[in-house]
Amino acid sequence: MSLAMQALGFDVEQVRRDFPILGRKVRGRQLVYLDNAATTQKPQQVIDRLVKYYREENSNVHRGVHYLSEVATTAYESARVVIQRFLNARSEKEVIITRGTTEGINLVAQTWGRVNVREGDEVLITAIEHHSNIVPWQLLCAEKGATLRVAPVNDEGEVIVEEYAKLLNERTKIVAFGHASNALGTINPVRQMTQLAHDAGAIVIIDGAQGVPHLPIDVQEIGCDFYAFSGHKVYGPTGIGALYGRESLLDAMPPWMGGGDMILSVSFEKTTYNALPYKFEAGTPNIADTIGLATALEFVASLGLENIASHEHDLLTYATGRLQEIAGLRIIGTARQKASVISFTLEGVHPHDIGTILDQEGIAIRTGHHCAQPLMMRFNVPATGRASFGLYNTRAEADALVDGLRKVIEVFR
Amino acid sequence: MSDLRELYQQVILDHNKNPRNYREMPNASRKVEGYNPLCGDHYTIFLQIDGDAITDVSFTGNGCAISKASASVMSSMVKGKSRDEAAKLFDTFHRLVTGDASGLDAAELGRLAAFSGVSEFPARVKCATLAWHTLNAALKGDGESVTTE
Repeated sequence: MSLAMQALGFDVEQVRRDFPILGRKVRGRQLVYLDNAATTQKPQQVIDRLVKYYREENSNVHRGVHYLSEVATTAYESARVVIQRFLNARSEKEVIITRGTTEGINLVAQTWGRVNVREGDEVLITAIEHHSNIVPWQLLCAEKGATLRVAPVNDEGEVIVEEYAKLLNERTKIVAFGHASNALGTINPVRQMTQLAHDAGAIVIIDGAQGVPHLPIDVQEIGCDFYAFSGHKVYGPTGIGALYGRESLLDAMPPWMGGGDMILSVSFEKTTYNALPYKFEAGTPNIADTIGLATALEFVASLGLENIASHEHDLLTYATGRLQEIAGLRIIGTARQKASVISFTLEGVHPHDIGTILDQEGIAIRTGHHCAQPLMMRFNVPATGRASFGLYNTRAEADALVDGLRKVIEVFR
Repeated sequence: MSDLRELYQQVILDHNKNPRNYREMPNASRKVEGYNPLCGDHYTIFLQIDGDAITDVSFTGNGCAISKASASVMSSMVKGKSRDEAAKLFDTFHRLVTGDASGLDAAELGRLAAFSGVSEFPARVKCATLAWHTLNAALKGDGESVTTE
């Protein structure tokens, strides 16, 4: 990072040059990419790192005595340390490499959950959860005869903490909630919610898929027991992510998948499992993308997490104001603490039609239920349009969105 | 805007705003729900069947302009038709929206022609065909609901 950039804090035009895809045209128009909550674009640094790995370092990890295996193992394990520091976990043993947030949540449900949740117990989630933080708990509850409880949200899309606290009791074994909502942008008071859950004797897992891209994360400060996130939401490759878990809990948990790498010794009579974190990493891992994920985390750290948060907050405020100029536009999700995600409906026009018309202008937004159908029902909408901003978006792109929406209205007038 | 005007033709905008046969049918002989989980489009199709004839069609529900207009046009076109004639219309419509329109003439298409622009938008084919798939399920009498997935 240049000194000039540091002095200015954050130069979005310079940052954009690191993302080659932002220069391309879509349907003859300059791409305006506002679907970052679905997945983010990748900087050249990440693309280059993946290429370098496959061109110069590719080998299997943890077992070879040859040179390339050592190089690959070092790169893979260094990546784990980068993730550990990014989350401020105590030790790299607390970082399990996964395919993403969904796998992390399922891992906890199927290991800690299956051992510790019994008939009559309760699992508590909130009304703004993504399907990936609902269904794994439904599966667990169905298997164990446990009950899934749901903390309600208010009309702004904020979890009602008093109601949440009331639902906690001695039967509550697991509490699972998102750090930030993918559908509405709401940022949950994760520290307070974790403390309340711990007071009731439950463990806490946080779905960090939308937290990591927007907020500095410190799992020790939050106090949670598990924190899952996905690399592709934070400018890294798809199909890679990590699960933070408290070491004492991970130690006591049974393995999830069996196979190579997760064992110390195998005989037909008895198998001894490997130490943490390898106990939870059966099979050859996704080496290249783990290394690519570390490069992405280093990239955002070099820009400054506070700088990114403040840039995105400026975009959120600006875009919210501009969108409110449009008659008939309703913003769903008006929490006081919000990530740069704006869900909206337009009177008389279905979101799907909005998405198609904006696409003709080169503007990519998400339309639909955002894998949060219960939440859509809560707000009595079948679907919304969602513009989600990343670190490389600009005010001009928010203006382009507003102009595009005016075209939508023109078509449907 | 030319592609958009092709997609959102006046007939579609009109049927979206003022859908025909948009009502429940309490004494329907067939009632089937159609659902597109991808975008949340959700319709219920009601049929009155007398022997081989579809004597009445209505629908309720909500979704995008393409799906609602398609349900509306479908309802007005298959009313009074035989099962075979309705199946043939679906086949014609399906070919039109999937870009296999060779050999289809204007007379055969009638109001269906308004959906000719859909073939340029592959992501919207499911919207256009949802009501027709639901009709098909209702005519076959299999199950209570149908999805596009």
